[in-house]
Amino acid sequence: MNAKRWLWSGLILALLIGACVPAATPTPTPSPVPPTPTTVAPAPSPTPAPAGPTPTAAPPTPTPAVPGAPAALKIGIVTFLSGPAASPFGVPARNAAEVLIENLNAGKAPAPYDQKGIGGVPIQAIYVDEAGGAEKQVAEFRRLVLEEKVDLVIGYISSADCLAVAPVAEELKTLTVLFDCGTNQIFEERDYRYVFRTHAHQVIENVGAARYILRMKPNLRSIAGINQNYAWGQDSWAAFRDSVRKLKPDVQVAGEHFPKLFAGEYSAELSALLAARPEVVHSSFWGGDLEAFVIQASPRGLFQQSLVVLTTGDTILPRLGRDMPKGVVIAARGPHGVLAPKTPLNDWFVKIYKDRYVVRPVYPSYHIAQAILGVKAAYEKAIAANGGKWPTGDQVIAAFEHLEFETPSGTIRMALGKGHQAVEPVVLGITGDFDPATGEVKLTDVMEFPAECVNPPDGMKTPDWIAQGFPGAKCP
Amino acid sequence: MNLHRLGGLILIALFVGLGLLLPGWSRFLLTLALARGLLVLGVVLLMQAGLVSFGQGLFFAAGAYAVGFAMRDLGIRDAFLGAILGAGAGLGIAALVGPLLARYRGIFFAMLTLAFSMIFYGILVKAYRITGGTDGLRIAPPTFLGWSPPEAQLGSVLYLFTLVGVGAMVFLIFRYLRSPLGYTMRAIRDNEVRVEYLGLSVSRALYLAVLLVGAMGGLGGALSAMSVGHVDPNLAYWTTSGEFVFVALLGGTGSVFAPLAGSIVFEFLRTYTYKYFPYTWQMGLGLIMLVIVGFAPGGLWTLYELIARRMSGWSWSWKRGA
Repeated sequence: MNAKRWLWSGLILALLIGACVPAATPTPTPSPVPPTPTTVAPAPSPTPAPAGPTPTAAPPTPTPAVPGAPAALKIGIVTFLSGPAASPFGVPARNAAEVLIENLNAGKAPAPYDQKGIGGVPIQAIYVDEAGGAEKQVAEFRRLVLEEKVDLVIGYISSADCLAVAPVAEELKTLTVLFDCGTNQIFEERDYRYVFRTHAHQVIENVGAARYILRMKPNLRSIAGINQNYAWGQDSWAAFRDSVRKLKPDVQVAGEHFPKLFAGEYSAELSALLAARPEVVHSSFWGGDLEAFVIQASPRGLFQQSLVVLTTGDTILPRLGRDMPKGVVIAARGPHGVLAPKTPLNDWFVKIYKDRYVVRPVYPSYHIAQAILGVKAAYEKAIAANGGKWPTGDQVIAAFEHLEFETPSGTIRMALGKGHQAVEPVVLGITGDFDPATGEVKLTDVMEFPAECVNPPDGMKTPDWIAQGFPGAKCP
Repeated sequence: MNLHRLGGLILIALFVGLGLLLPGWSRFLLTLALARGLLVLGVVLLMQAGLVSFGQGLFFAAGAYAVGFAMRDLGIRDAFLGAILGAGAGLGIAALVGPLLARYRGIFFAMLTLAFSMIFYGILVKAYRITGGTDGLRIAPPTFLGWSPPEAQLGSVLYLFTLVGVGAMVFLIFRYLRSPLGYTMRAIRDNEVRVEYLGLSVSRALYLAVLLVGAMGGLGGALSAMSVGHVDPNLAYWTTSGEFVFVALLGGTGSVFAPLAGSIVFEFLRTYTYKYFPYTWQMGLGLIMLVIVGFAPGGLWTLYELIARRMSGWSWSWKRGA
């Protein structure tokens, strides 16, 4: 046959692959050059993407300190590695998981996590891309469990993926920790035995935001919202609007805008918001949409005219630096990022993250740290309860339910969904002056609403809780 | 019994055996691949008439959501009813959009199908209270005529159910393509004016093809939804439809089995690119597409034909004692 033609095409193909592979190594995102000259060290590229199931740690297996323990605890970590959600959420989460697992395996974490790996057993992580839709994720979950034989799965940023995977986790009887998805439906519509969520769902930050703006503006008369037209945006706005109107019934809604996801251009909505002159504007935008919105709204004076609440605003502070307008209410889906508590554990976490990736961790990084540390705490509690022997799956689940554990975001309590769903406080602040030392604006008027204030009691659906006027809420 | 029947029986036995022997995750992939194969078969069917459908996601989502709504609102959990409802939903939508589609050719047909599927996507996303928005709907494990299989066997049962549904559909299409109507499709591609002069109605033939594609797509959507246990609007998104066209090119248009083979190869290919290139899997698929278009424009089926021809040539020469 035409051997020459095949040879040439093979050569071209090899060149193509060669040219593309290094370009596609994950870069630490968000990775703008820090705006201050003090920290302009070039972003060190993280470890290049290893081919294959990317084990972060394969240390020479020491004799397990725990009888009956496996050589390594295999964790499947599923997060967006490609697509629009990779840069703001997926990759910061993956980066945090990588650096945290490395440090845990080396036994370098501060107390109470100073034991190597999990109970002395090293963690082996397998990273999987969350892109491809719920259908693909169900297939990938089955493959992780049945082919890769992972001991547990930590993952899922998209609510649709969480909702699709959770029943499959029950079917396959595999411990699964959801780390970032927002929907409140999961544990409010049915009980799960093998599924846990170590962060609070999305409704609470909108309840917190409603309480915050009423503290800031007790005489509030009008609100408006601009949210992405999909479940996240619709749920967030509904929770915020209903909470505000429950707390102060005479507030008028001056506009509800739902531009489509990844629209990126908001001049029409901005004109409508500027004309309606609402006192408060709520937005649950995230990622590129949020950045585009802030950059487009800033010169048109929206931030001077209205008090704008950005419920995921923390993620863009390091990216925008001094371009972040003043007087914007910022939240981080809980005590994460700049709003995280000042504890030794948090300082350590920020340090190891910054040492590797230059930028600071944002809330998805905190969320995955909560999931990993929650798993570690549950396993170690189960080992202790099992007389120092490696626990069975049921024992780990028993230990995980209603667990309280320390994280960089403070103490997390698994209080809802029969001990499977965490509660978190909500912290908000207002952007102020630019601080050259951190490369970000400083926050003023920081206020924390404790978990008992912004979470419904166990067994109650969040929309009902809001509709009934927050029964059982204990607020400062 | 002729050779074709024997080959068919061997193929069926092979698939049944595969499904029962394979580990759970690959059986699940195979189930998905078969269900999605029906959509690809639809693309290939329309390609016979020289039309490219970029809106197969429309029928896929229609079938899947029919199962979702039936389960949530009517409490219907039966797999047979679900499959019929799914095919019916696909058929119904095809009956609505078909008259318009049958009047357009080439890029206009492709764009119209794309437009209809994106309109459906928009409705699914915006009708949040009814469809669950982007969070989608959960689908409980189906029952089979009142029998609900134990959890451990559910995967195998669903696989066999899908296999039967897909097998029946493939047989139907096989017969269709060998019927006068099927030949009309190819004639339309070759010379539409002459077909009209022969006294055949082109638009009626195309409308029937769209109906068939719609019903088949709905069935595929219903089967896939029952296996996955969750439906979301992404099923109607244009990238899903684009994937079906991709798989059609990958598999080839030479036979009714080519789309199924392509679908199975694609699912496994994608899974392994996910596994070995978690950051660059899209690029891996793209490179494979380039190679296919460059060296085997007829898809993977040309490889089979090549082998089959060599083999038959070999046996022929062997019989002659050469």
